[in-house]
Amino acid sequence: MTVVSRSLGVALDRIEGREKATGEARYANEHLHEDVAHAAVVQSTIAKGTIRSVDASAALAVPGVLTVLSCANAPRLQAHDEELALLQSHRVSYRGQIVAAVVAETIEVARQAQRLVQIEYEQEPHDVELRADHPRLYRPERVNPSYETDTEQGAPDGALTAAPFSVDVTYETPSFHNNPMEPHAATAVWDGGDTLTVYDSTQGSAPARQTIARVLGIDPECVRVVAPHVGGGFGSKGDVRPPALLAAMAAQVVGRPVACSLTRQQMFDVTGYRTPMIQRVRLGARSDGRLTAIVHDVVEQTSTLEEFAEQTAVVTRMMYASPNRRTTHRLVRLDVPTPSWMRAPGECPGMYALEAALDELAIALELDPIELRIRNEPDVDPETGHPFSSRSLVACLREGAARFRWADRDPTPGARRDGRWLVGTGVAASTYPARMRPSEALARREPGGRFLIQVAAADIGTGARTALTQIAADTLEVEPERVRLEIGDSAYGTAPVAGGSAGTASWGTAVHLACRRLLDSDETEARISSEDTVEKREPYSRHAFGAQFVEVRVDTETGEIRVPRILGVFAAGTIVNPKTARSQFIGGMTMGLGMALLEEGILDPHFGDVVNHDLAQYHVPVYADIEEIDAVWIDEHDPHLNPMGSKGIGEIGIVGTAAAVTNAVHHATGIRFRRLPIRLDQVVEAWHGSE
Amino acid sequence: MRPFRYGRAADAAEALALATAPEAKFLGGGTNLVDLMRLGVEQPAFLVDVARIDDRIEETAEGGLRIGAGVRNSDLAADARVRARYPVLSSALLQGASGQLRNLATTAGNLLQRTRCSYFQDVTRPCNKRAPGSGCPAREGEHRNFAILGWSSECVATHPSDMAVALAALDAIVETSNRSLPLLDLHRLPDNEPERDTVLEQGELITAVRLPPLPFARRSRYSKVRERASFAFAVVSLAAALDLEDGIVRDARLALGGVAHKPWRAQRAEEVLRGEPATADSFTRAAETELAQARPLRDNGYKIHVARNLIVRTLSELA
Amino acid sequence: MCVNGIEHTLTVDTRTSLLDLLRERLGLTGAKKGCDHGQCGACTVLIDGRRANACLALAVAHSGSTIATVEGLAAERELHPLQRAFIEHDAFQCGYCTPGQLCSAAGMLEELRAGRPSAVTDTDPVLSASEVRERMSGNICRCGAYCNLVQAILEAGR
Repeated sequence: MTVVSRSLGVALDRIEGREKATGEARYANEHLHEDVAHAAVVQSTIAKGTIRSVDASAALAVPGVLTVLSCANAPRLQAHDEELALLQSHRVSYRGQIVAAVVAETIEVARQAQRLVQIEYEQEPHDVELRADHPRLYRPERVNPSYETDTEQGAPDGALTAAPFSVDVTYETPSFHNNPMEPHAATAVWDGGDTLTVYDSTQGSAPARQTIARVLGIDPECVRVVAPHVGGGFGSKGDVRPPALLAAMAAQVVGRPVACSLTRQQMFDVTGYRTPMIQRVRLGARSDGRLTAIVHDVVEQTSTLEEFAEQTAVVTRMMYASPNRRTTHRLVRLDVPTPSWMRAPGECPGMYALEAALDELAIALELDPIELRIRNEPDVDPETGHPFSSRSLVACLREGAARFRWADRDPTPGARRDGRWLVGTGVAASTYPARMRPSEALARREPGGRFLIQVAAADIGTGARTALTQIAADTLEVEPERVRLEIGDSAYGTAPVAGGSAGTASWGTAVHLACRRLLDSDETEARISSEDTVEKREPYSRHAFGAQFVEVRVDTETGEIRVPRILGVFAAGTIVNPKTARSQFIGGMTMGLGMALLEEGILDPHFGDVVNHDLAQYHVPVYADIEEIDAVWIDEHDPHLNPMGSKGIGEIGIVGTAAAVTNAVHHATGIRFRRLPIRLDQVVEAWHGSE
Repeated sequence: MRPFRYGRAADAAEALALATAPEAKFLGGGTNLVDLMRLGVEQPAFLVDVARIDDRIEETAEGGLRIGAGVRNSDLAADARVRARYPVLSSALLQGASGQLRNLATTAGNLLQRTRCSYFQDVTRPCNKRAPGSGCPAREGEHRNFAILGWSSECVATHPSDMAVALAALDAIVETSNRSLPLLDLHRLPDNEPERDTVLEQGELITAVRLPPLPFARRSRYSKVRERASFAFAVVSLAAALDLEDGIVRDARLALGGVAHKPWRAQRAEEVLRGEPATADSFTRAAETELAQARPLRDNGYKIHVARNLIVRTLSELA
Repeated sequence: MCVNGIEHTLTVDTRTSLLDLLRERLGLTGAKKGCDHGQCGACTVLIDGRRANACLALAVAHSGSTIATVEGLAAERELHPLQRAFIEHDAFQCGYCTPGQLCSAAGMLEELRAGRPSAVTDTDPVLSASEVRERMSGNICRCGAYCNLVQAILEAGR
């Protein structure tokens, strides 16, 4: 853990630590209280059909109700995204879609009236089940955000047939739900009827402002989005979600500020989620373990409203060397909500299937799974031919193996017992692209040798506020205490969302450039955009890498799985702040444990939606689930990235975890589970058969 | 929630008087009732707060304990007499809910808590328990964590309480404003009228739970199988007490949780055990005899294996 | 109702939760609404010295009680040892569960000191990582700061 310069690499406490620990930090619905009315949403109870009538009379009769908005009377929007066309149409496209909003003086009245809105529907038969043989599967033009849908190199089918060793396995995952601790919420205030301020729980105040303005049909100059603190997002707050727009519409109608918050239950339907997937992975190899063919076919869903195709197999294009390769994505439009980003879209589910399949191959080859990966380490990016700007996967695997005492491991599955527990260990690789997007930033000299930095960045728990302060301090060559950083306000210019692990790299580069401009000039203020710098980057393949090691214990009597040890070893260039970085890695791995063993959006096809829509039934990890967990990193110097030499780290922690757990469970039990979550019912059925 | 009136009762007599108001319900800690009110499942017009009444644990003349209906779950679990003489009860409470919930929840409220079936809790879905005659979507839908015993075509839900399972094993008596009845008779099976979880009448107030003396209850424990390591409802749970002499089971108490609409007193297993040597073999036979009557649903047959193994393991640990 | 040492007399809708009373009426937005159904612990406050979910506590049912929230933890300008430990150990990320974690930890440490049992130990519990994990499991952290939370609570509890 090297201190790279006076500020980079320093384990500074989070800048906003005191505010968060004292309850002073204000989240979306906590800024205003004077005169604020409350909006509660009403959801459809059918998955497909039309609204025949909306009877709001009973709701309006409740004292304190100010208005009920629906497709019958809502202000007209100019939504480019159908999910944002709230209350505009009589069409219902999924169960749980927002069909009305009640606005009232108090939360209690809003919630009472919400249940009194009577909606009649013309229901149509719905189709909500993802199947690998669904007749309406199609090939999307692009996969998120703009990758090629299918790729092919060489002749993979022939190579598979000819391969002396091969696996052909299919892995399935259910819908996963981001479930940040803060429900999506926004408070909207119109000033004089034409300027709008939205206190939003958003991962990007600048893009949110653009979207809100566009949807409302007003000049972005008239919209300001403020989000100094955001209670988590994990991708679900990257796009504008209903509260911001509903609050704005409602505030316009009732002529006072309106706060809109989703309930935990509602979040499962209208804030995006990770699509369920069926992934078929075929690997062909020589007896020495060299891969001769890699084929990764993905089947996933989207809504009938918008197309979102998760880029699940894209990671397979660059992970391992092989002369023959194919990746494909197929999508089906179902009567479900539109999926969206959830931590490490693409890489997370894709690596689950790839790294588990690779483990199966290792076993077929009787080759150590770490050695198998090392033997297939590519020299250049297999897809683009570009050199890697830096790639330390092998070092991560080796370091992790040493720390995890991998050499002592008996590879025989089911061989290790501790009383009624079977014990096993597993390994998987992780990776995540090191992206960068243009951003604006401002640096200003203040009295007393201090500096003000403004950038519309977002800190959703990542520690971005602190990292950016350190970056500014480093460039300005002053102590971090002399830097005041302001983020989370669209007034600070354009800036990308906190997403794609690109935040610190993107905003940090802009901050660095602004500080540099300030130092190099006599001006008191420097405002820049990093667009040129970002566009001029040389063609390298830029990714962070890591290796995850997991130990599991499986109860032979109950099927319960517990995880006593998880270790992640990462290589991500300069680590700007070791304290917050470690927290991000560990946070990702914790979420990965949930993905592997606990989390599942349970779809009831009869109704068409997720029935276990709360935190008592959708199990995320609790304290007791996390025992020994650690994250460490390899020093990596990469001059081809950005002024900090850093790679994004917010998402890589989740990427290899589920496969490492799956592999460990196989090692413990001899059973290969190919469906997540590996819950105890699945384990017991594997042992006893279902009766 | 619909608007309601609130009254705080100073004693049981006042509580009963207040409860004559239309659509009145008793309020304990609120950890289930307020939850259900917010979901729209329960819609009382009048809440009679009885949380501060009857909040003591006392010795009974026969040498057992009388637990006031208002005793908080955390206090009950921490009581030295309970821990010493009925450890299964303390253990069951401590493995249920969370520290915060246990501080609010009362004895009576815990007994009267309602199923966590997702269809029951969602007023936009049919549910025979909530809306009689509307159907049971769980039968063909999501039911992995539901009943394998005693269910009917009307309802396959399970009772979520851990405490009730321990009390069932201990032959607890429930005292109400009208009568005393065995806890085993308090909760119903859902053969008919699944909307009625218990035999209590409207306005009938639980005042206390009495534990008869049971010397061998000192050798008792509660085991809970759940999907995550804490803060989760039971997949299967077991309250067990063994009376052993010279390696022979003189008497046993077994109650299963997570398997039925009420705590399932495993009487057949107890019969098998009495007089038998305390061996894994006997325990297995007892478990299998009890579980022979299990009728799994499409997706919850795994519970039979878990229940059998849990019985054998827990009894082996006690022996 | 006494909140952080200040007496209040309020007229409320009977449906108002203690959580909404604190947040909407008293402007004490420290306690958070993560689920409103007692399933996440983000609303944890101390009622008459004991930790409880404010979302399931009806305000009227706690008329006359003494409430302590995160805003009352720090004494004047000095942070509470738990708050200092949280900052030092990076025991939070987004911060939304943090006030609930702090109040819950404060209540939990009292419970443990008083010898109250848990599912981990039934007599004479000793402050340990496994005790903290079990006793704090009613506070969910989606950011996954658990391992740092445990360290912070252990340190503050010594």
